[in-house]
Amino acid sequence: MLLQILRRTGTLVASLVVSSMLVFVFMALLPGDPARVALGVNASEASVAQLRQEFGLDRPLVSQYLSWMGGFVRFDLGTSYVSQAEIAPQIIDRLQVTLWLVVCAMVLALVIAVPFGTVMALRHRKPSGLVLSALSQVGVAVPAFLAGILLITVFAVKLQWLPANGWTPPDEDPVQFVRQLILPVLALGLVQAAVLTRYVRSSVLDVQREDYIRTARAKGLGPARALRRHGFRNAAIPVVTVLALQLATLLIGAVVVERVFVIPGLGSLLLDQVANRDLIFVQDIVMLLVLAVLLVNFVVDLLYLVIDPRLKVATP
Amino acid sequence: MKPTRIGTAASAALLLVLTAACSAGSGTSGSGSTGGGGGGGADTSLTVGLVAEPVSLDFTTKDGAAIPQALLDNVYETLVTVDQQGELKPSLAKSWKVSDDGKTYTFDLVDNAKFTDGRPFTAKDAVYSINRVKTDWTVSLKAAMDVVQDAKALSDTQLQVTLSKPSNNWLYRMSTRVGAMMTETAVADLATKPVGTGPFVFEQWRRGDSISLKANPAYWGTKPYFQQVTLKYFKDPTALNNALLTKTIDVIGTVQAPESLAQFQGNDAYQIIEGTTNGEVLLSFNNGRAPFNDLKVRQAARYAIDHKALLDTCWAGHGTLVGSMVPPTDPWYEDLTGLYPHDLAKAKSLLSQTNAAATPVRLRIPSLPYAVSCGQVVKSQLEQAGFKVTLDQLEFPAVWLSTVFTDADYDMSIVAHVEPRDLPAVFGDPKYYTRYDNKQLQADLAAADAGTPEEQVTLMKKAAKELSEDAAGDVLFVLPNLMVAEKGITGLPKNAITESFELAPLARS
Repeated sequence: MLLQILRRTGTLVASLVVSSMLVFVFMALLPGDPARVALGVNASEASVAQLRQEFGLDRPLVSQYLSWMGGFVRFDLGTSYVSQAEIAPQIIDRLQVTLWLVVCAMVLALVIAVPFGTVMALRHRKPSGLVLSALSQVGVAVPAFLAGILLITVFAVKLQWLPANGWTPPDEDPVQFVRQLILPVLALGLVQAAVLTRYVRSSVLDVQREDYIRTARAKGLGPARALRRHGFRNAAIPVVTVLALQLATLLIGAVVVERVFVIPGLGSLLLDQVANRDLIFVQDIVMLLVLAVLLVNFVVDLLYLVIDPRLKVATP
Repeated sequence: MKPTRIGTAASAALLLVLTAACSAGSGTSGSGSTGGGGGGGADTSLTVGLVAEPVSLDFTTKDGAAIPQALLDNVYETLVTVDQQGELKPSLAKSWKVSDDGKTYTFDLVDNAKFTDGRPFTAKDAVYSINRVKTDWTVSLKAAMDVVQDAKALSDTQLQVTLSKPSNNWLYRMSTRVGAMMTETAVADLATKPVGTGPFVFEQWRRGDSISLKANPAYWGTKPYFQQVTLKYFKDPTALNNALLTKTIDVIGTVQAPESLAQFQGNDAYQIIEGTTNGEVLLSFNNGRAPFNDLKVRQAARYAIDHKALLDTCWAGHGTLVGSMVPPTDPWYEDLTGLYPHDLAKAKSLLSQTNAAATPVRLRIPSLPYAVSCGQVVKSQLEQAGFKVTLDQLEFPAVWLSTVFTDADYDMSIVAHVEPRDLPAVFGDPKYYTRYDNKQLQADLAAADAGTPEEQVTLMKKAAKELSEDAAGDVLFVLPNLMVAEKGITGLPKNAITESFELAPLARS
């Protein structure tokens, strides 16, 4: 068990180092001069050159990388090229917005996917199961931003039930906060729910074909009871894996959905800073996203050990 | 009871995450605002939807039109300002006199203006503000103050500025952000807490979302109608339109997609305002290298463009055709569209006298809405005249700035020059990306700046015509000022010809 945890921690650290290098190299390859963008059309060559020096862009790439990583490890994310403000507080501010979006969408996806996926599996080859299956297929095909645009057109512009966009912090006006959150969460969550439903369905189907379910049925348990007592834990493993992978999709989906719904979250911040060529800022955000995804995968790996006791037996 | 353990663990984890999110969210607006926000509430609050959000609030060190758009004439004021007709009018200076040699300006200042931190505005603050441009500003616009030799306070309400040479342009620039009057006590926090003498007080900046201003109760001039104004920023034109349709905002300050106006036309709930701007959409030529260093090639390109058809296709017919680098509100404007009427035969014959048709020319446009939509049309019109054109779209600002603007690695580009009175900046400096070096034009521009206001008009007219005849570039059209607002909003400016979005005259009827 301990060995397993150690091994997985090692993988985590190695992945982090490699991805930080990739992030840095890609940013360095991006065309466009951050100093020129920061100073704008009217700036002279001399002032651009001076700013490049202030940003440290004239130093060798290796030393730029090391000083960035050194700061990152100490959670000193540096100051923005463009606004000259501390980066960390700005990221934290925006993260609070994105977290609401992602967590609520995740919860929505789970709340929809688990019951519907199970029903679809139990009604496999029956008309009601087929209808649900077709619906989820459509959901898989629709990207979140398109869902967002459709939801806005119908519920905000035509019916005027909910605001089309915007963001209000919950402590300022809780009602407005909820009203503004509904559509983006639906846009993000419904699509995820469709994907997740299909995994729950196939996972439950697989489990139902297992011998132990047949045995349970033979003992006299009904199909639902047999599944509840013996099936769910086994069906959960692939679903948890997908859920972790979906967190990455959700974070990326949030970038687009935030733009469509004009939400000042991490996604809109990232897009703005790419346009501004605020390289340090972009590196920090991307690296934090990478960190989040890797950490989630790490936690999921550990969760397997809890869910499936067989994995606890180490195979040296 | 084994299976339920997972359920309990899962729900506990979920609860934990939700609680974390809750407590995190509650920290979002720590800046102690008393609320306000959205378009709802009292009748005296207004929300205006705009496009570009400032990166900082300090225009002394940061370039870009978004900062003065929000702050100038609202929070900061200038000695003189520009009216809807493009004429200078008094602001913090009640009146001013110019000496006969055109070098000494004496301003009589208002005596009841106060900064929002409570200190009175005096001639000493004006001297401080003018001198500070030279010493502390870093944006290149500060060059407008280079001509100032000396500024001194004759009394609390009298200011004297001496120039090293006569300059009409200087007084005009005093109406822009360079002329913003600041107080020495507030300059330390320019980027986060601007303090001026204007009708509004800066209240809060929610980055990535909005800037809020509130009415200045101690304002020396006519007090504004709206007590609370929020400037809300939208990157996406559709989101901006939707915000007005769903009453999140009251005014669209700049319509980014003119073809989308149709959804507001004929609807009684909205009014559409259409006027002009200072934004000349320029099809620029690289005058410094082949093939566009050849007059015939430039002329061929100008004859090839059908401006009317182009405007209809790419900006839904909104905008003004002008024929040179002068917007219709400048005092020296004249319609020069007759100089190069659309004439394919002439374009073909001029082009055939050169060997430019043999090699493709590179039209490198920025990824901006007007450029993208005009780029294709320009390409196809030029190809009808026999040009071979390769079109690339460069990411704006980063890639376009370094490729076209800094390195001049292009043959043609399309970009809107939005600074007021920018003909001298764009064509008077051979090092600018247009690489246009015309000694006669440079001499005329210098004489126009130094002459009397009447001479200025005559000489600027001459320069604009010279430029157009020499086909140094082709102004495709001047961008329209397009706004959509709720029916009851009054006082919206027809023309957007200053750097600011003036909020004080707005009211709700």
